[in-house]
Amino acid sequence: MANIPEDLRYSKDHEWVRVEGDVAVIGITDYAQDSMGDVVYVEMPNPGDNFNAHDAFGSVESVKAVSEIFTPVGGEVVEINEELNDSPESVNDDPYGDAWMVKIKMDNSGEADALLNAEEYSEFLQSEAD
Amino acid sequence: MTIKKVTSHPTQNEALIFERSRPGRVGYRLPALDVEEASLDDLLPANMRRDDGLAGVPEVSEVDVVRHFTRLSTWNFSIDLGMYPLGSCTMKYNSRLNEKVARIGGFANHHPLAPEDESQGALELMYQLQEDLAEITGLPGVTLQPAAGAHGEMTGVMLIRAALDKRDGDASHERRVMLVPDSAHGTNPASAHMAGFTVKTVKSTEDGFTDIGHLKELCGEGGIAGLMLTNPSTVGIFEKNIREICDIIHEAGGLVYMDGANMNALVGVARPGDMGVDVIHLNLHKTFSTPHGGGGPGSGPCCCTAELDEFLPIPRVVKNGNTYALDFDRPASIGRVKAFFGNFGMMVRALSYINTHGNSGLRQATEAAVLNARYLAHFLVEDYHKPFEADPMHEVILSHKNQTRQGVHTLDIGKRLIDYGFHPMTVYFPLIVDGAMLIEPTESVGRQELDLFVDAMRSIAEETRENPDIVINAPHTTRIGRLDEATAARKPVLKWTPDVEAAGTAS
Amino acid sequence: MRYIPNSAEERAEMLRDIGLSSADDLFRSIPADILLKRDLNVIEPMAENEVIAEMERLADANSAAKKVSFLGGGVYSHFSPTIVDYLIQRSEFFTSYTPYQPEVTQGTLQYIFEFQTLVCQLTGMDVANASMYDGSTAMAEAFLMAQRVTRRDKVLVLETVHPEYTQVAKTYTQHGELVLETIGFDSSTGTVLESDLAKLDDHTAALVVQSPNFFGAIEDLDALAEKAHAVGALLVVVVTEAISLGLLKTPGACGADIVVAEGQSFGVPMSFGGPHVGLFACRDKYVRQMPGRLSGIAYDKNGNRGFVLTLATREQHIRRDKATSNICTNQGLIALAATIYLETMGKKGLEEVAVQNLQKAAYARNKIDSLEGYSATFDSHGFNEFVVTGPKDAESILKQLADDEGILGGIALSRYYNNHDNDFLVCVTETNTRAEIDRFVEALAAAG
Repeated sequence: MANIPEDLRYSKDHEWVRVEGDVAVIGITDYAQDSMGDVVYVEMPNPGDNFNAHDAFGSVESVKAVSEIFTPVGGEVVEINEELNDSPESVNDDPYGDAWMVKIKMDNSGEADALLNAEEYSEFLQSEAD
Repeated sequence: MTIKKVTSHPTQNEALIFERSRPGRVGYRLPALDVEEASLDDLLPANMRRDDGLAGVPEVSEVDVVRHFTRLSTWNFSIDLGMYPLGSCTMKYNSRLNEKVARIGGFANHHPLAPEDESQGALELMYQLQEDLAEITGLPGVTLQPAAGAHGEMTGVMLIRAALDKRDGDASHERRVMLVPDSAHGTNPASAHMAGFTVKTVKSTEDGFTDIGHLKELCGEGGIAGLMLTNPSTVGIFEKNIREICDIIHEAGGLVYMDGANMNALVGVARPGDMGVDVIHLNLHKTFSTPHGGGGPGSGPCCCTAELDEFLPIPRVVKNGNTYALDFDRPASIGRVKAFFGNFGMMVRALSYINTHGNSGLRQATEAAVLNARYLAHFLVEDYHKPFEADPMHEVILSHKNQTRQGVHTLDIGKRLIDYGFHPMTVYFPLIVDGAMLIEPTESVGRQELDLFVDAMRSIAEETRENPDIVINAPHTTRIGRLDEATAARKPVLKWTPDVEAAGTAS
Repeated sequence: MRYIPNSAEERAEMLRDIGLSSADDLFRSIPADILLKRDLNVIEPMAENEVIAEMERLADANSAAKKVSFLGGGVYSHFSPTIVDYLIQRSEFFTSYTPYQPEVTQGTLQYIFEFQTLVCQLTGMDVANASMYDGSTAMAEAFLMAQRVTRRDKVLVLETVHPEYTQVAKTYTQHGELVLETIGFDSSTGTVLESDLAKLDDHTAALVVQSPNFFGAIEDLDALAEKAHAVGALLVVVVTEAISLGLLKTPGACGADIVVAEGQSFGVPMSFGGPHVGLFACRDKYVRQMPGRLSGIAYDKNGNRGFVLTLATREQHIRRDKATSNICTNQGLIALAATIYLETMGKKGLEEVAVQNLQKAAYARNKIDSLEGYSATFDSHGFNEFVVTGPKDAESILKQLADDEGILGGIALSRYYNNHDNDFLVCVTETNTRAEIDRFVEALAAAG
């Protein structure tokens, strides 16, 4: 069973969000990294880029697959995790910690509140599996 | 289980040439300069010359080079060693006769910008090949210019785009949807994209055919420029509704492009032009036996209907009375897709293949290719899941479904085949079959070898039941095991530098 | 049919084994109304010696192939060591395919890695791919890559880039957002027309320059790189005569961002224009926008070094319509020929052959320039090609040389350029002897 921390919010595209004031820290879930296999590259936006909720802001690559990553919330990218350039494997090893991907200053923090909580995401995964 | 190996895998190590390099070694000799030598600085000032002394370029003797490449060659599997059943790739015998004739001085040493009246042999050869390909496909307009299959695809969809633009004028802007089946080669959508089309995916039915209902639904959404269809499809079965499919697309105002990757199942038996197809590309390196060469060169001629002829790339090779000429005056042409006239050397080989087979031999090759695939299918279905009921044409698709419970997957089966002396089949393609194994024996395999292949596959199925680890950890007999592709992609090392570690040591 | 192992009897037995009664039964899944019910109208089967005789007849009709030639313009006559063609004909190379299964294709993967390394060394670039179809398609792909990297839609191409290359790029880009604009050449130097560089602006994705250019003139790449970079555009350098890389300052050292080249000069026969091989190199930071295959180092679990195709997520089989290119494989065997050539010639040979080309072309250029009625058209430094202005229509001079003297004296510029009727492009390589050059000069004098 995938690890789903209680204190985060989740999207149905398998991104997680941690709200810190008006900033959303975003990464991909344990379930997502597990289905990708060995992650070899994370393509990220530039600080200053603006996105609407549900826009693709980057992609995650394994050896033979590529998946887009969508931002669950709209806003401006204020920071990206440069560490992932050198150690993309941390997406596999620590998806909720070292492998955060971007920090977005939210235009509307209500978007984060509308996301799934841990229990709902867990149910969603269960329904996907059925 | 005894393994009947048909090849051996030499195990000697061979370093990179850069690691073999020793200062002062020389592998060539040019004639001495026979003109008065001018001062280099006068001819080319020092600031225009490289000043690195060609750092890193190796210094080796001729013997070093011959041994280097001869040793490297022994690490490759090849058609000449045995059955190479890569589905969709048509790894058939590459005749030495074709190699010989392509090297005749009048071909090999002929400059493409030589005067036309002094290039009559090359032009006649191209014209003759065009005529033959038109007859084989039933499509009269032919260009030999595309350099490979994907290049031919791009050319083909650009012909469609040009035809629609001419027919519909500005309204053509509303017609930008190219339909591509979910079973298609990845090159199809990529090529469509290069011609400015948006790709919509057509589903396949559970039987492996194009889903006519879904096709109609997509056509109903409008904007249809065309369809890119492989036939026989990438699962190796003939699209029985091909006429109806072509009609649906034509009624929707689009044109039908056929990916000719699988023409080895049809030559002399059925012609795309008679099925309603508007344009097709052929792979001379598949159907017409020009060598795959470790990944190229290919050659991807396009054949089209008379209606599309005016859009073919320039220059065209034409016949005027008894002479041949290059025609550049084709205002509706999509333009050039390659400098000069295409991979001429491959054309020589393909015509040599056609002439050697002749009309009867071409059909016989098709029959033999389909028979071989059918024969394999017949004997493999006992152990392996065959996802589609329909009779296979020149290749058969199986899956790992019967083996996964033991933890054995398609990749493992492919790798284990290596230990039995065969090249793996195409694995995980097409994507619509989970754990696909696409097996194309071609006509160039005799019955004994087919039987050995069946034995090997049965044996692997038995190993899977009794000792799956031997399959999962295969291959066991190659000089190198499965490589860590994830680390290779995370920290790519794409060239040698002096600090690259020598062979045999991990980081 | 000697290429089909199974005899008619064996095929009949196999049909019986699988429950079919005739070969026609194999095609029952094809609707009857589209079956071909007649023999193909192609030639009757020919015996081996008949095929050879027919091919020799056709080859003989290529009379140009036997003549003394000063043709260049993107395809060059160079010496190729015997072992190049010998080694590429090893079955294991020429009858194998793309290295999808690294355990049984290490030979191919390692030579691709060596090829990539050599291309980097020669061009002075960081990373090179496993090759493209040819120089012209490599250039078109470079345009598309520059567009992806810069997210800009204008490419400036010098008129002195091989005209057929530019035609190909136009075909490739005609349906996208990319706009091609040209930059002219200075009528005295034959190199870039400085005033046209004002077209460089912040919409420019790339400035594209060939050097030595189509007229054989060497461009000031350092200056062009500076100008391109000043507006945030990439400098794409095109090389059609790859032998020049052995001597000229590398495009990489001059500041190029992408280098594409035709590798035919590296031991590959002219073969009426193909198959040849496209070289493609760029800066490290752009590698993920690069088209084509890449071979990289990988290790197995025992620590053995090997090679795999890597960074494949750029490619069509994974990214489909969002791929960096539709190219499927590379120009395998021709890339191998180039690799063998480069390694055989080595550090010393690549410089020597380049110097010989430079020296012989300079010798010919001086001799022709001193002929009455003839002059070297441009005064730039060149490598092994130069344009000559003759006393009359170049086509007629060249025809006279071919018919009377058996010499192919060059390419009339009128084939590609307006208002250059008296001009022709001459190429002199290490394969042209002094005696040939002298005879050529005499023939020109007589024709003028």
